[in-house]
Formats: sequence, structure tokens, C-alpha cells
Amino acid sequence: MTARLTALHGNHACALAAVAAGCRFFAGYPITPSSEIAEHMSHALPRAGGVFVQMEDEIASIAAVIGASLGGMRAMTATSGPGFSLMQENIGYAAMTEVPCVVIDVMRGGPSTGMPTRPAQGDVMQARFGSHGDRPVVALAPASVQEIYTETIRAFDLAERLRTPVTVLYDQVIAQLLESVAIPPPEAVKVAARKWANGAGGFQPYAADDDGVPAMARPGDGHRVHTTGLTHAESGFPTQSPAVADRMMRRLLGKIDLHLAGIEKTETLATEDAEVLVVAYGITARAARRAVTELRRDGVKAGLFRPVTVWPFPERALLRAAETARAVLVPEMNAGQLVLEVQRVIGRAPPVRPLGRIDGEPMTPGEIAAAVRELARHA
Amino acid sequence: MLEATRTLPFDIKDYLRLDTMPHFMCPGCGHGIALRALLAAVHDCGIDKDRLAVVCGIGCSGRVGGYIDANTFHTTHGRPLAFATGLKLARPDLTVVVVTGDGDCLAIGGNHLIHAARRNLDITCLMLNNEVYGMTGGQASPTTAATRLTSTTPSGAIEPVFDACALAAAAGAGFVGREVTRQAPALKTLIARALRHPGFAFVEVMSDCTEIYGRKNDLGEAPEMILSQKADMRPEARRDAPDQPFRPNALPTGVFVERDLPEYGERWRAHAAALRGETER
Repeated sequence: MTARLTALHGNHACALAAVAAGCRFFAGYPITPSSEIAEHMSHALPRAGGVFVQMEDEIASIAAVIGASLGGMRAMTATSGPGFSLMQENIGYAAMTEVPCVVIDVMRGGPSTGMPTRPAQGDVMQARFGSHGDRPVVALAPASVQEIYTETIRAFDLAERLRTPVTVLYDQVIAQLLESVAIPPPEAVKVAARKWANGAGGFQPYAADDDGVPAMARPGDGHRVHTTGLTHAESGFPTQSPAVADRMMRRLLGKIDLHLAGIEKTETLATEDAEVLVVAYGITARAARRAVTELRRDGVKAGLFRPVTVWPFPERALLRAAETARAVLVPEMNAGQLVLEVQRVIGRAPPVRPLGRIDGEPMTPGEIAAAVRELARHA
Repeated sequence: MLEATRTLPFDIKDYLRLDTMPHFMCPGCGHGIALRALLAAVHDCGIDKDRLAVVCGIGCSGRVGGYIDANTFHTTHGRPLAFATGLKLARPDLTVVVVTGDGDCLAIGGNHLIHAARRNLDITCLMLNNEVYGMTGGQASPTTAATRLTSTTPSGAIEPVFDACALAAAAGAGFVGREVTRQAPALKTLIARALRHPGFAFVEVMSDCTEIYGRKNDLGEAPEMILSQKADMRPEARRDAPDQPFRPNALPTGVFVERDLPEYGERWRAHAAALRGETER
């Protein structure tokens, strides 16, 4: 079979991709501009033999998702900034207990209630640091409806493979944009099967294999394990031992590093000899791509680096893309968030400049091009 | 449902993770009695411990699950009912029991209690009410009675208390009951009835916090506190007895609600099957 071409809104593509990836449980709470995902899931899941439940709030939604995943189902929720804030404690619980799940965050203007019907990219640092303590973080930032489809499937694959929550970050514009999408045939959709514990005795639920990921005990299979958000030993039971806590936390955080090559995903445009490098993600990267294409036509040596995986941040790929750069510009729809990470990676030189937009409007190619020209003049 | 009844005698050691002993509960704490009553009820109902899931929140009650030789989940504060909702919907073959406390269930988790009762998914919820936040050092909870001393009511509590059973019943729970730890056999029987009820079953267990709450309020040692439950609690027949200062709700015991309501999981599965054209609705 070949891919089927159709036209979809971003949120619809997300729901279809989740079902195609084997998601059979959705719990959520209505919030603009993500609600269409829940609406589509409420239609699709009963027909696919799954479960849709509208919970009493976002805290309960992510809790139910984790509960369903503990029971063995592929599970997802979808929300926007305010709901994403409410979910943070339980996202940390899923990371600590190593429960696969997918969280879609359709970003809107913030802080607080902000601008519910307008786009923003203000949750990129919340996706990284929103939950207390140190935890493994994986976040993907699609830039088109097509990519919402493919990245949602990849989110399930990474969640199941790494046993960790994965966030998909996109904004109100692509959520409600109508674009053509190539739907791959079912046999082309690859999602890792969860590593289940077999019936052997003496099972240690948090003793990892060489890949840093422990096998999971499915309730009913006879292991009768304990799952806790307290810092725990390989046995699954809480520990107060500094040595055990250190070992367990380093393994938990380190499993991301062990799988870095499979997690990282980036795109570059005209970076080979770029003097001004634009680093952009999500919808902003599309305006940046247009800006770079037009600047090149005018003889300005601009290039684009686009992290599709924003967390873990693709450090080495950025350094490679920035080799010839004399200045770096980071346009984003916030007051300057991912620019901090770009500055950390690049160091003192070349200079890294933010270009923030916080008025509820998407970035235009024109404003990015103007900022690049300004940097090119002084670089 | 759970038709089987076991005829072998109950041995608590069959249901405990003995390598987790000794447990961390204080001397005189009523939670151990509640744990024993739960396990005896599980035994009486013939529930296979491989298919038993115990979901707890945070606090003294939250630690009870870890001692049970079953699939146990120590979740986040106030949220065990929400975790249990996902687990039970994903795995209707499991018997799902939530063990929570008065702070976990009525304060931070109050929203989840009313919606779990309304939804009527087949979960048995045991709320161990010791009238205080014991784990964090004895702060006032939504069930701390007026004038009681706690570390955050140093001059006596002044807030009204929650009647958890009335709340669960009003929110639509199909089964609601209350028992005291002093009446351990009756408590076991009540929990077994709750486990057999097909739908959301809420059981309030009047426990006692001797080390912190009892000491601070000069309520005596564990035996005195447990014996005082007799005077404080009234069977339903004596509901018209005059109020006493520390039991403003004149807490009755027994089964208050037992009604047949559509169970949510079955309802969902029938609804979904009909949409797939598999069965007649």
C-alpha cells in the first residue's frame, strides 16, 4: 500500500496519528486550542476498541492516562498551557515511575489565561523544567500538519521505547491549519512494543538492561510489584540510601543519553556557508525558512537550523550547523526561552540574539529577514 | 463479579509482603487494623492477589498499599482515584481498591472523590479517617473536629468538618458505609460488601492517630482512643442521640447507601460495542 493523501487540521491529524500508533486510551479536559483532539478521540476510540474518558480536570486526566498505561494500554492526553501547568506533578510521577505516555501541548498565549485563541511558543521551557526535580525530558516540536502526524507517532515510539512521558509541542496556528497530509499505510507505522517482564521469579522492576530501560511488570502477570513516586531501589521499594538514590537517579536521567541518536531530529537549510544562522522551531521555523530562502536570493548568507526534537536539545547538531556563523538569531513566539539554550550551547561567540514576539501573532518572514539583515551588516 | 467465597482460613501472611516488615505505622495507629480488615475481606471474597490492584495516595494511608502482596501503586497526593480510574478502564479484569486518607481524599483530592462517585466505575475506595495530617506532623484536616488542637490549630480548630459519607452519597455513589477500627469484624464485613458491590463503593474507616493527634488532645493511649470510639459512634438506630462536642455529625456506622446503578465500565464497553456494530444497544 502507498500513502493516502488527504487534507486535515492539525489537531485532527494528531488524533488520527495517535490511533494509528496504537493509542487506545485518552483522558482529557476541554481547553482551547486543543479540544478538537479530545473530540476526535471521543469519536475514534470507541470504534477502535479503546477508551475515551473526559475527566474532571487536567490533573485527573494525566493521572488516568498513567493509570491506563500502567495497565498496559498506549495512552495520551492533550491540553494547552494552563492544563499543561496542572499536569506537571504527574508528568514527573510518570518520569520517576517510568510509565510511557504522550502529552500533547497546543501552545497559546500566556501567562495565566492569556490569549486562548492565539498562538505562542511560551511552554518550551515548561516542557523542560515544569516538573520539580531532575527528570528525563523528551519533547518534539512539529512545524506542519504532516509533521504533527509523524511526530505524534514518533512520540508513542519514544515513550514506549524509553518508558518515559513524551511531550509534543505545537501552537494554535498549526493546530487549526488545514493542510495536505500523506497518511502512511498501517504497515509503515512503527511503534516499539513495550518491554514486558516475563514470568520469571526474583523480578526487580527497576533493574535496567544495558539499554538503561527496565522491563515493565504488567498487572495480572504474577509479579505483584510496587510502583512509587518516592525515590526507589531496583526492587521498586523506597530507599533512603544516598548511594542507591544516586545510582537510580543517574540511570533514570542517563537513559536519554544512551538513546540520543534515536531521539534527536533536526533539519538544516543552507547552513554550509551561513554567516547568520537562524534557529527556529515549530510554526516560526516556517517563516524562518521563507526568510532564509528570500535572503539567499538577495545574496545574504543566511541559514536555518530547526530542532524537531527540542528536548533533549540537539547540541552537537547545532554546533555543526553554526560552524561558519558570525551571528545567530533565535526567533520565537515568547520573550526569549529557547534562545537561552542556544546561548548556552554556542558560548561566547558568535553572538546569539533573541527575536521575541508576545502579541499573539505568528512571526512573519519579513521581520525575521529584517533582523537577519541587521545582524549580517554588523557581523 | 466476585461470587467466590473462600473456605480456607484467613492467614494474613498470605497477603503481606513480609520482607517489608516491620511496618512504619506508629504504635496504636488504627491503619493496621484497617489493613488487616481489607486483606481478610479480600480473602473472603476470593480475590486473586495477582488480579488485585491497590492504589494509594500520599500520607499515612498512602503507605498502607506497600505492605500488600498485590499490584500496588503509590501515586501522587490526592489523585489515587484518578489513577485508579485509568487503570480500571484499561483493565476491567482487575479488582481495583483505593486506600486514601481524610486529607488525601477530602482536601486535595475532593474533586476526584465526587466525580468518581458520580461516574460509578467499579472501584472500592477506603478512606482511612484519622482526623489529622499525621505524616506531615499533625496539621488540621477537613475532618478535624472543632476545638481540637493540631499543629496548625494551636488554639483549637474552628472550621466545620466534612461528612465524607454524606458527600459520597450526594455525589451518586452506589455504596456508602462507615465503620470504626474498634469493630474489626464488622469492618471486615463492610469492606467485603463494598468489594462485592458492582460500582463505586465508598467506605469511611474511623481510624485513630494516637502518637500525634491523641497526644496533643490528651485523648489517652491507644486503648483509650479505640475504646472511646464506642461512645463517639452511634449505630443507625441511635441517630437521634444528642450531639457530643467532638462528633458534631453524630457519626453513625453501618451501610448508608446500597443501590444498583449502571456501572461505568460496563456502560462504556456496551456503548463502544454498539458503535462498532457488534451488539444491539
